[in-house]
Amino acid sequence: MAVLLNRRTRVIVQGLTGKIGSFHAQDMKRYGTNVVGGVTPGKGGQVHNGIPVFNTVKGAVRETGTEASIVFVPPPFAADSIMEAAEAGVKLCVCITDGIPSQDMMRVKRYMRRFRYEDRMRLIGPNCAGVITPGQALMGIMPGHIYLPGRVGIVGRSGTLGYEAASQMKALGIGVSTSVGIGGDPINGSSFKDILKLFEEDPDTDAVVMIGEIGGPQEAEAAEWARHHMRKPLIAYIAGLSAPKGKRMGHAGAIISAFGESAQEKVEILRDAGVTIVPTPAAFGPTVAGVLEQGMKAA
Amino acid sequence: MDIHEYQAKELLSRYSVHIPRGGLAYSPEQATYRASEIGGDTWVVKAQIHSGARGKAGGIRICKSDGEVSEAAEYMLGRKLVTHQTGPKGKLVSRLYIEETVDIRQELYLGIVLDRKSERVMIVASASGGMEIEEIAEKQPDSIIRAIVDPGAGMQEFQAREIAFGLGLENALIGKAVDTLLGCYRVFRDFDASMLEINPLVVTRDGNLIALDAKMSFDENALYRRPEISELRDKSQEDPRETFASDRGLSYVGLDGNIGCIINGAGLAMATLDMIKIAGGEPANFLDIGGGASPERVAKAFRAVLADRQVETILVNIFAGINRCDWVAEGVIKAIREVGVNVPLVVRLAGTNVEEGRRILAESGEKVIVTDTLAEAAEKSVEAMRAFGKSKKH
Repeated sequence: MAVLLNRRTRVIVQGLTGKIGSFHAQDMKRYGTNVVGGVTPGKGGQVHNGIPVFNTVKGAVRETGTEASIVFVPPPFAADSIMEAAEAGVKLCVCITDGIPSQDMMRVKRYMRRFRYEDRMRLIGPNCAGVITPGQALMGIMPGHIYLPGRVGIVGRSGTLGYEAASQMKALGIGVSTSVGIGGDPINGSSFKDILKLFEEDPDTDAVVMIGEIGGPQEAEAAEWARHHMRKPLIAYIAGLSAPKGKRMGHAGAIISAFGESAQEKVEILRDAGVTIVPTPAAFGPTVAGVLEQGMKAA
Repeated sequence: MDIHEYQAKELLSRYSVHIPRGGLAYSPEQATYRASEIGGDTWVVKAQIHSGARGKAGGIRICKSDGEVSEAAEYMLGRKLVTHQTGPKGKLVSRLYIEETVDIRQELYLGIVLDRKSERVMIVASASGGMEIEEIAEKQPDSIIRAIVDPGAGMQEFQAREIAFGLGLENALIGKAVDTLLGCYRVFRDFDASMLEINPLVVTRDGNLIALDAKMSFDENALYRRPEISELRDKSQEDPRETFASDRGLSYVGLDGNIGCIINGAGLAMATLDMIKIAGGEPANFLDIGGGASPERVAKAFRAVLADRQVETILVNIFAGINRCDWVAEGVIKAIREVGVNVPLVVRLAGTNVEEGRRILAESGEKVIVTDTLAEAAEKSVEAMRAFGKSKKH
C-alpha cells in the first residue's frame, strides 16, 4: 500500500471552513482522498461543501472513525490542534501550517511522549507540502498530476523542490510510491530517518529519493542509519550549496549554524555512507533512472 | 531577529542577572554625560551593532577620561564596522553604550540555544570564556558543560547547580550563579528567544557574577505574541535590500552576485541558486515569493530584486502547483509592464497548464527568454547576464 496513506484512509481536515482548508479539502477529494469530516470549533453540525463539520477532533473521531487528520490551522493555534489530534487517538497527522513558534513545537513533541510509542500519533510537518500516494490519495497541497504512480519513494523538506524531482522523474516514466514532505521547520514531527524506515519496510517501494537542505542534523542522522540498515538504494540531493553561513534561507530551519550543517558537509557525509548523490537539481530524473537501471542489471 | 547588546542586558537585568552600570548615547556629548552619570574614572565605550567580535574591529574602547570617551565616540559613530560576522560591507554604528569597567577575576561562557537534535532548549557553559564558542569547542572541548531542559517542567535548580559546580565556582558564588542561569533561561523562554549568549560572564574581584556582554536572537515566528521584542528591531543593522523585501512580506536574502532570482518555495529557490553557480554565474539574492505567486506578489518581487543595483539579469523560476502557469505568466507580464524591467529576463515555468503559460509569455511582445528546464534556465541566465554586461561597457 505504499506508506502512510492509501485510498481507504479516512481523513479529517482541521480548519476545514477556513479559506485554505476549504480549497484544499475540495482538491484532496477530487484527487480521490477519502475525506470524511472536518473540525472547526463552533461550527459543529454544519455541512461544509458536502463535508460534515465537528467542534472537536474527539467528536470527529467518534462519528467518522477517522485515523488521519490534516491541519490547516493558522500558526498561533496550530500546535494546539496537533495536540488535540494526538489526544483524540488520530494515528497520522499532517500539519501544513508554516510559521509555528519553535517553543510551541517543543511542547507538541513533549506532549506526544505521553503516549506509548506504539500508540503515538505520527506527525508529518509542520511547514510541509504533505503526503501523496499517487493514484490513490493526497493529504497535502501538492499538484497531484505531476506524480506518476510507481515504486520510488520521495522524502524531502521542501515542497516545490519535491515537485521538481517528481516531474523530472515523470518525464522519464519513473513513478512514485509515496511522496512525503517532512517540512522546513527546525523542529518537525518526523525526521528523514523515520520516513526512510517506512520506505525500507514497504514492499511497494524499490528505491528512495531524499531531498535535504542546509541546517540541522537530520540528513547526517539519516545517512548514519542508512549506512547500517538500508538495503534499498538511496539517492539524495542537498540544496543550499551557495547559502552563506548564519543566514536563514526562507525555511525557518534552513540556516547553517553548526559544524556539519552546510550542503557540502552533508553531501560528504551522505556519500561516505554509500548514498548516491544527485549532482545538480536538474539531474533528479537521470540519476534515479541510472540507479534503477543498475538495480535491474544486478537482479 | 537580532537585538543590541544594551537591549539584551536590559531584558536580562529584569530577571536578576547582574549587568554593569551603563547608559546609551547617540553623540559624543551624550557619551561624556553618560560617563559622568556612571561616575568613576574608567569607562568602556561599546559600539552597538548586531555582531560579535566588535573589539577587533575597533568597536570597543576603554577610556580613562572625558576626553577619551568623547574621542572614542567621535571615532565610532557613523562608522561602518567590519567583523567576520558582518560581511565585507560592515554595519553602521549609530548608538553607543557607555559602561563602567569591572575588575575581572575569571571569564566564563554561557549560551542558551535551541538544540535541534534533542528538539529542546540547551544550556551551554564553559569556564573558558572570552573566546568564541567555536574556538572553545576546538581548543578546550572538555570544558564545555551542556544541560537539556524539559519543556514541560522548565529548567530546574539542580541543573543550574550542576553547571555552577561544573564551572568550578567557589561555594560563595553558587547561589548567584544559580540565579543567573535560571534568570537567563526564563528570559529565553518568556520572550521566545532562539539564542542567548553571555560571553563573557565574569567573576569580579569583589565576588560578583556579571554579564559583561550579551547577545540575543528571537524566533521570528513568535514575534506576533512578543510586541515588546518586535519594537526592538533596528533596521539600520539590516541589509537594506532585505529590509525593503521583508517590509513587503517577501522572504529575501541578499547575496553578492548579479543574477536576481524570483522563485516559489525555499527549497526550489536554494536549488536554483545552486544551479546558477554550477552554470558559472553568481546569484544576487534568494527570494521565495511563496505558494501564491499572485500578480501583486510577482510585481513586489520584481521591485525588490531591481532595488539591487548589481542585478544584470533576472531569473524567474515558478513551479506552479495549485496556482496555474497561465495565471503566473499573466502576472509576470503585468508586473514587467508595471515595474519596467530594464535587464534581461529569463522565465522558467513548470507544473499545471505549462504550455498555456509559455504561450502567453511568448506572445506577449515583451522581451522574455522562455525556458523549459531548470538547467536551461540557469544557463540562459548566465548567457544573458554576460551579454548584458558587455553591452553596458560599450
